[in-house]
Amino acid sequence: MIDAAALRGRRDRADRSFRGLAIGAAATVLLVLGLIAVTMTARARTVIGELGVSFFTSSRWSPADGLYGALPFVWGTLYTAVIALVIAVPVSLGVALFITEVAPRALKRWLIYAIDLLAVVPSVVFGLWGVLVLSTVLPRSFLAAGVVLAIMIIPIITSLAREVLETTPVADKEAALALGATRWEMIGASVIPHSKGGIVGAVMLGLGRAMGETIAAALVIGSATGQITLDALAPGNSMPAVIANSWGEADTLQRSALIALAVLLFAMTIVVNLIATTIVQRSMRRARGTV
Amino acid sequence: MVAESIQAARTVAPPRVRPTLTTVPDAAPTVFDLTDVEVFYGSFRAVRGVTMAIHKNQITAFIGPSGCGKTTVLRAFNRMHDTTPGARVAGKLRYHGVDLYDPEVSAVEVRRRIGMVFQKPNPVPKSIYDNIAFGPRVNGVRERGKLDAIVETSLRSAALWDEVKDRLSASALGLSGGQQQRLCIARTIAVEPEVVLMDEPCSALDPIATARIEELMRELKSRFTIVIVTHNMQQAARVSDRTAFFSTELDSATERRTGTLVEYDATAKIFSNPGDQRTENYITGRFG
Repeated sequence: MIDAAALRGRRDRADRSFRGLAIGAAATVLLVLGLIAVTMTARARTVIGELGVSFFTSSRWSPADGLYGALPFVWGTLYTAVIALVIAVPVSLGVALFITEVAPRALKRWLIYAIDLLAVVPSVVFGLWGVLVLSTVLPRSFLAAGVVLAIMIIPIITSLAREVLETTPVADKEAALALGATRWEMIGASVIPHSKGGIVGAVMLGLGRAMGETIAAALVIGSATGQITLDALAPGNSMPAVIANSWGEADTLQRSALIALAVLLFAMTIVVNLIATTIVQRSMRRARGTV
Repeated sequence: MVAESIQAARTVAPPRVRPTLTTVPDAAPTVFDLTDVEVFYGSFRAVRGVTMAIHKNQITAFIGPSGCGKTTVLRAFNRMHDTTPGARVAGKLRYHGVDLYDPEVSAVEVRRRIGMVFQKPNPVPKSIYDNIAFGPRVNGVRERGKLDAIVETSLRSAALWDEVKDRLSASALGLSGGQQQRLCIARTIAVEPEVVLMDEPCSALDPIATARIEELMRELKSRFTIVIVTHNMQQAARVSDRTAFFSTELDSATERRTGTLVEYDATAKIFSNPGDQRTENYITGRFG
C-alpha cells in the first residue's frame, strides 16, 4: 500500500521556490525597463511643454535662444548609421562567408578569434583612433563617424552572420553541388536563402548598435549643430553624441531637451528591433514552408 | 538499341520480388569502370577492393549491411567526397575511360554529367520552379521560355507536374516527403545528366511514395544510367538489372572493419543463386 503522504514530496516545494525566483528575475528586468521609460519621459516633459511638437519637427537647435529642434540629431544618427551599414554589411558578409565556406580549418579558428577580439575593444579606443589616425585623412564629419561605427559593428554582424551561415544543412549544400554548381553558385542557391532571415537580423542589430553608439561618434562626428545635409564630409551631430557633448554645460531646459532626445532614441531603437524581429520571424516561417 | 533490348526483356519477364533466373545483356556499354577502388576518411580505410563495371541504361543496385561502404562508393562516382575534409579516393575510377580523380578533371563538370538524389529529400528553401530551374541556370540556360519548358518536362518526367503545376511559385518545402523526393529527381534530370546516382532515395518515404519512385526509375532507365543504394533487398530485386553486394570485413592493416565488394552479378542471379556464401546469408536474412 502507498500512503498519500509519501507522494507529496519536498521536491515540489523546491520546484515552486525556483519558479518564484525565475519569475522575480524576469519581473525585475521589466520593472527596470519600465522605470527608465517613466522617469525619463517625465523629465522630458518640461521641454515638450515649453515647445510642443516643434521639438520633433523643428531643425533649429539653439540653446542661446531657447530653441530645441531634434531633427538635425535624428538625421545625424540615421545618416551615420546608414553610412556605417553600407560599409560594414558587405565586409561582414564577405568575412563570414570566407570563414564558413572557404577558409581552411586552421585559418578559420584564427579569424574567428580575431573578430571576437575586435568586438571587445572598448568604443573609446575606436573613437580615439578616429581622432588621432582617421582624422589625418578624413575631416571630422558624418563620414568619419560612419567609418568608425562601421568598424565597431563589423564584429557583431560578422559573428552573428557566421553563426547563421553555419547552420545551413549539409544536405542543402550538396543539393546544389550535385547539380554541377560551383562553390559560389552553391552559396547563392543554398546558403544565402537559408540564412536570409538571420542575416537581416544581424544587420538590424548592427544598425541598433550604430544608432546608440555614443563616445566614438561624439569624438569624430564634428559636433556641428543644425546640419541636415547629404554632404558626408560635413561636420554634424548625432543624438547620443550631442547628449554626451553638451550635458555638462546645459541648463534645466536644455537638459530636458537632451533627455527628450534620449527617449526618442530609445523609441527608435525599439522600433528597429521590432522590425528586425518581424523580418526574421517571417523569413524563418517562409524557410519552413508554411507561408 | 541496348535500351530497347532491356525493355524487351522486361516485357517478357516483368519484375517481381523474386525474379526468375534471367541474364542481363553484357553488351551494354560501360559507363563506370572501377579497379581496386578504395575510399579513406583520414587514415581510416572505409572501403577497399571495389572492382566492377557499371553499364549504360541499366539500374545497378548496391545492397549490404550498414557500414559496408555502399554509400561511400556511390559518392565517389560524382566526386561528392571532395567536400568532406580528409576524404580521399584511391585506385582507378574511370568514367568512359577518363580517370575521374585526375587532377585535370573538374568536380563541377563531373557533377553536371553525373547527378545525385539523396537519402533525405533536400529541396533548397526556394520555390518549386526555382528548385528545378537552378541546375539549367548554372549550366547557362537564361531564356525564360526555355526554362519554363525544362521545368515542365522535368516535372512531367518525375510524375509530379499534375500535382504542382498550379503552385510552381510556392515554396518547395511545403510539399510532402514523397513529392519533395520526386522534385529532387526532377531537379536532377533537368540538367540532362547521363547518370543518376540515388542514395537510398526511398528510405524516408511511405510504401505508396516508394512504389511511385520505383515506377519512375523503371521509366527513366531508358534515358539514364541509374545506380541506387538501398537498404531494402526487395527494392533491389524489384527495380535493378544488376546487384552488387557489399559487406564488412576486418582490415588486418588497421584492425578496423572496412567495407568491400563481395559479389556483383545480374540481379536475378544474386537473388536466386548467389555465388558467395556471405551473399546468400544476407539475402536469406541470416545476417545483416
